[in-house]
Amino acid sequence: MQQVPALKIDGITIGQSLAIIEYLEETRPTPRLLPQDPKRRAQVRMISDVIASGIQPLQNLSVLKQVGQENQLTWAQKVMRSGFNALEQILRSTAGKYCVGDEVSMADLCLVPQVANAERFKVDLTPYPTISRINKTLLALEPFQVSHPCRQPDTPPELRA
Amino acid sequence: MTESGKPILYSYFRSSCSWRVRIALALKSIDYETVPINLIKDGGQQFSEEFQALNPMQQVPALKIDGITIGQSLAIIEYLEETRPTPRLLPQDPKRRAQVRMISDVIASGIQPLQNLSVLKQVGQENQLTWAQKVMRSGFNALEQILRSTAGKYCVGDEVSMADLCLVPQVANAERFKVDLTPYPTISRINKTLLALEPFQVSHPCRQPDTPPELRA
Repeated sequence: MQQVPALKIDGITIGQSLAIIEYLEETRPTPRLLPQDPKRRAQVRMISDVIASGIQPLQNLSVLKQVGQENQLTWAQKVMRSGFNALEQILRSTAGKYCVGDEVSMADLCLVPQVANAERFKVDLTPYPTISRINKTLLALEPFQVSHPCRQPDTPPELRA
Repeated sequence: MTESGKPILYSYFRSSCSWRVRIALALKSIDYETVPINLIKDGGQQFSEEFQALNPMQQVPALKIDGITIGQSLAIIEYLEETRPTPRLLPQDPKRRAQVRMISDVIASGIQPLQNLSVLKQVGQENQLTWAQKVMRSGFNALEQILRSTAGKYCVGDEVSMADLCLVPQVANAERFKVDLTPYPTISRINKTLLALEPFQVSHPCRQPDTPPELRA
């Protein structure tokens, strides 16, 4: 796919972030990233897909290249606002402390990076209080911090935490 | 559910995402009712307040089942798999499951969203064909390569899986946009094999309650 991420693990290489995460969940099941109840699992997957299929692909690097430099900001903002409108509405019925109830799930793993993208493209988050609240709660957790773009081996010096 | 207790599928005959779910329902012999949502008529029936309350993404498919409404075709299919497990749509082995999900996501995240109705509206009518073809060629290049190492009779090995449910509707989209499929022999072969199966036929866009008369099989 000529894309990241790809994970080389257990003798295979898996592309597509959600396929990777589901594989990790099935082979390293604790702590869980998907609830036990099938209906809650469906909500987690739905929210994850809203982000991973409905928002991010439309504002990724290759699409932005195609819309052209002068249109990029407007395009990306439009895509994200539209997606966050829908997401905010969904979260109002599924969220507890986190996206679905009170346990961290795959949906939360999708939310935080997408909010970071929105901030990078200067999308105003005021219309999305549930998204903002959950994002803030998640960013306080260690796994969301150690994995942050500002703390990676390839983070440029000027962006390093 | 309806009074009869049947699940309700909100679907558009031509929506490739809706078709994926229709195939799953057919494969698992789940009886359901269709509520057609016309994505073009009246400015797009998916934008009605009524439908928005049901599915905030304002998209099809959405499935009302077991007292809940699920959006996003793969989330729906995985729910059906977990609650109506036979026949299976995901292999037992985690590595093969990963391959099925990866292929499904290549299509459902990497290709289809970039050529769906709302994106095409935004690129503008004069650019639509070129854009859609570019997106699909690029995606099919990658998919063809992946399939060469995963495919048997079907996308992953010799059992029909969620990946196959994604493939057939996407190939139909490619044909609609006049993408030449000659560079993709594996995709073409698998597509042809799948189209011979009953669940892929009954769920076909040309055989839906909302199929326009001139396109009906």
